[in-house]
Amino acid sequence: MRRVRIGLGLASIFAASFAAAQSGDSSRHSGYQDMGPALQKMQDDDSANPGMLFVQAGEALWNQRTGAANKACADCHRAAAATMKGVAVRYPAIPPGTAKPVDLEGRINLCRTANQKAEPLAGESRELLALTAYLARQSRGLPIAPPDDPRLGPFREQGAELYKRRQGQLNLACATCHDANAGKKLAGVTIPQAHPDGYPVYRLEWQSLGSLKRRLRNCLVGIRAEAYAYDAPEYVLLELYLMDRAKGMKLEAPGVRP
Amino acid sequence: MVNVLINVPKTAKRGDVVEIKALILHPMETGFRPGTNGRIIPRNIVERFSATWNGTEIFRMTMTPAIAANPFVSFFAVANESGTIGFRWSGDEGFLAEESVTITVA
Repeated sequence: MRRVRIGLGLASIFAASFAAAQSGDSSRHSGYQDMGPALQKMQDDDSANPGMLFVQAGEALWNQRTGAANKACADCHRAAAATMKGVAVRYPAIPPGTAKPVDLEGRINLCRTANQKAEPLAGESRELLALTAYLARQSRGLPIAPPDDPRLGPFREQGAELYKRRQGQLNLACATCHDANAGKKLAGVTIPQAHPDGYPVYRLEWQSLGSLKRRLRNCLVGIRAEAYAYDAPEYVLLELYLMDRAKGMKLEAPGVRP
Repeated sequence: MVNVLINVPKTAKRGDVVEIKALILHPMETGFRPGTNGRIIPRNIVERFSATWNGTEIFRMTMTPAIAANPFVSFFAVANESGTIGFRWSGDEGFLAEESVTITVA
């Protein structure tokens, strides 16, 4: 009798661990875990991660005076390692005195135009990517922490709606792949859960650093939808939702992805 | 702006095998791709990379268009004497980058 009970106990343990293995892919995790060990090593090693080239360039830009005000970022913000720690994990946010959320890139450009009296940097330009990567690097390892600003609520909901809306010729929503089918294979590649925890990322396919906006545009083209205009607010809305969805996950920027 | 990342241990024991890693920002344009105007984008690659230890060449390689952008090179050397490790990349369009680091061998 006793032996039978032990047997049953073992069976239920096996059943539980089998279920855990099955649902292992659906538990929330970074795209980092879906990569092979070689790529993980590449991201972890600062001297092999090509994103660090941009971080290095961003540091130079941080200290370089520019614009009509002839000010460098460092003139006001001092050492980024101290003052910019924890900034990247909060964005998108609503800057003081405004009503609309902006992402980190948008915030950098706001600072440039308002305080440095300089031209805003073009989206996906090397300079903007470098500064963004430099700021994001200061928050590496910190948990993603969207701000508690109640004004963000409606924007976040709009982002969630966009995420779940089917669109394009293939009639797919972001959620179709990244929620319902994450962890399965698409053309031999594991479908990631789409967490924005490594941006800006060095994507091997791009052979360059790129922003989350670029990644979102890629996906939109992939489902044969018309990508939103470069300056469209939809990207910020989606990013708001994605950052909230990834709340508490550790920032890996600059990440490396295949 | 030339942008280089080099990783060499600052110190080593005499006779140690040290790993030397060098990463450089470069587009490595193959010369086979058409641009948005339909014309071939001219080739722009790093052709040669070499490393010296106190002036003596310890590593040399020729790069080809098949090497991805931002080439990363890693190799090993035996640490025999303190000094400077120099790196040199040269290639198309007059590209030339030089960088050096020091290592103390005890």
